[in-house]
Amino acid sequence: MSTTAMPPKLAELVEEFASVGAKDRLQLLLELSEELPALPARYLGHREDMEQVHECQTPLFLAVEVDSGQRVHLFFDAPAEAPTTRGFASIMHTGLDGEPARAVLAVPNDFYTALGLAEAVSPLRLRGMVAMLSRIKNRVRAVASG
Amino acid sequence: MPVPNDTHPKLAAYAHPQRLVTTEWLAEHLGQPGLVVVESDEDVLLYDTGHIPGSVKVDWHTELNDPVTRDYVDGVRFAEICAERGIRRDTTVVFYGDKNNWWATYALWVFSLFGHPDVRILDGGRAKWIAEGRELTRDVSKPEHVEYPVVERDDTVIRAFKADVLVHLGHPMVDVRSPGEYSGELLHMPDYPQEGAVRGGHIPGAASVPWARAAAEDGSFKTRDDLEAIYQTEQGLSPNDSIVAYCRIGERSSHTWFVLTHLLGFPRVRNYDGSWTEWGNSVRVPIAVGTERGEPPE
Repeated sequence: MSTTAMPPKLAELVEEFASVGAKDRLQLLLELSEELPALPARYLGHREDMEQVHECQTPLFLAVEVDSGQRVHLFFDAPAEAPTTRGFASIMHTGLDGEPARAVLAVPNDFYTALGLAEAVSPLRLRGMVAMLSRIKNRVRAVASG
Repeated sequence: MPVPNDTHPKLAAYAHPQRLVTTEWLAEHLGQPGLVVVESDEDVLLYDTGHIPGSVKVDWHTELNDPVTRDYVDGVRFAEICAERGIRRDTTVVFYGDKNNWWATYALWVFSLFGHPDVRILDGGRAKWIAEGRELTRDVSKPEHVEYPVVERDDTVIRAFKADVLVHLGHPMVDVRSPGEYSGELLHMPDYPQEGAVRGGHIPGAASVPWARAAAEDGSFKTRDDLEAIYQTEQGLSPNDSIVAYCRIGERSSHTWFVLTHLLGFPRVRNYDGSWTEWGNSVRVPIAVGTERGEPPE
């Protein structure tokens, strides 16, 4: 898949995943899961202000903000016992946080296939990431047009 | 030298006490020759965030399933999985994992298809081990590569296929999914991805006993008395029954299979791993909706 339609940091991540073998991809995902930023104070204990991504194995909560400069900011909450889900969230955060709304909306819905995680993680588990991206896009559309 | 059984009084009450060990027992026996500890989790990365020292990982999805056919691996691949993890045919394998040992019992059931003789579950699993402040490590285990014989899977005793279930209709069955899945309101587990069943409901005649009812607060199994109260008194199952348990892909029902087979000692329990993702997509199989068990067709 061409990475030209992706924001630069997401394209970089995809290339990083694609350049290593299945075992190292898992290691990379684990490292990303540990780098997922903690929730800022305004979301702590306020899950009602976040959206639940039901498609993930373990419940994940997501908040999307679009600032006055039309840049997207993402916030995630997932338990430490769900490192795979945290890793997926971290891919989204690393690749999309701070990007212009139109760049986020332009990310191909099947970008995750280029990560090569199907073999290491199983296609079933990858559905959570698909759902995460589509929910992020829905929120961006709603906020940007509202 | 064989690894001794755990003689803890709680375990002694179960039908097959040799199939369980307590966290205390495992802490004392870690590193003993002839014992391999296997972690099997829902989350493929959880083991890597910290595991019981010396334990090895088996992933249910990427390792125990055949990558092409919807089936388990064959005897050749199973022998490799064991050999790479330092498991010989006479090794004592203790499984543990997340979510009330859901995936640990699934791995144990798959090992049982290959007749691995000495398989045990760590009562309470990962959660209890951690709650007791016991050691976890991120050190990569480097098991010695050993020999494991190629043993063909025996699917005739503890596994049921769709054709077997059709013949079994009218006999005891346990649906271990959530009440919403059983009634047909939900096509998948609450909070879980849709896994593609086109019809909702349950197999006519199946009792609804969600799998996690067999687990106590701390993730360990309920006592034998409590389990008998659920499965025998409340549900009317009898040790002499031939029983089929199912869920959505056969993993939650392997937990119930373990409870009925090893904790209550029912000798004729089969796990239908095709489960709802097969039944709910099959043409012209009978389905019951709602909270009643329903009657199988004549």
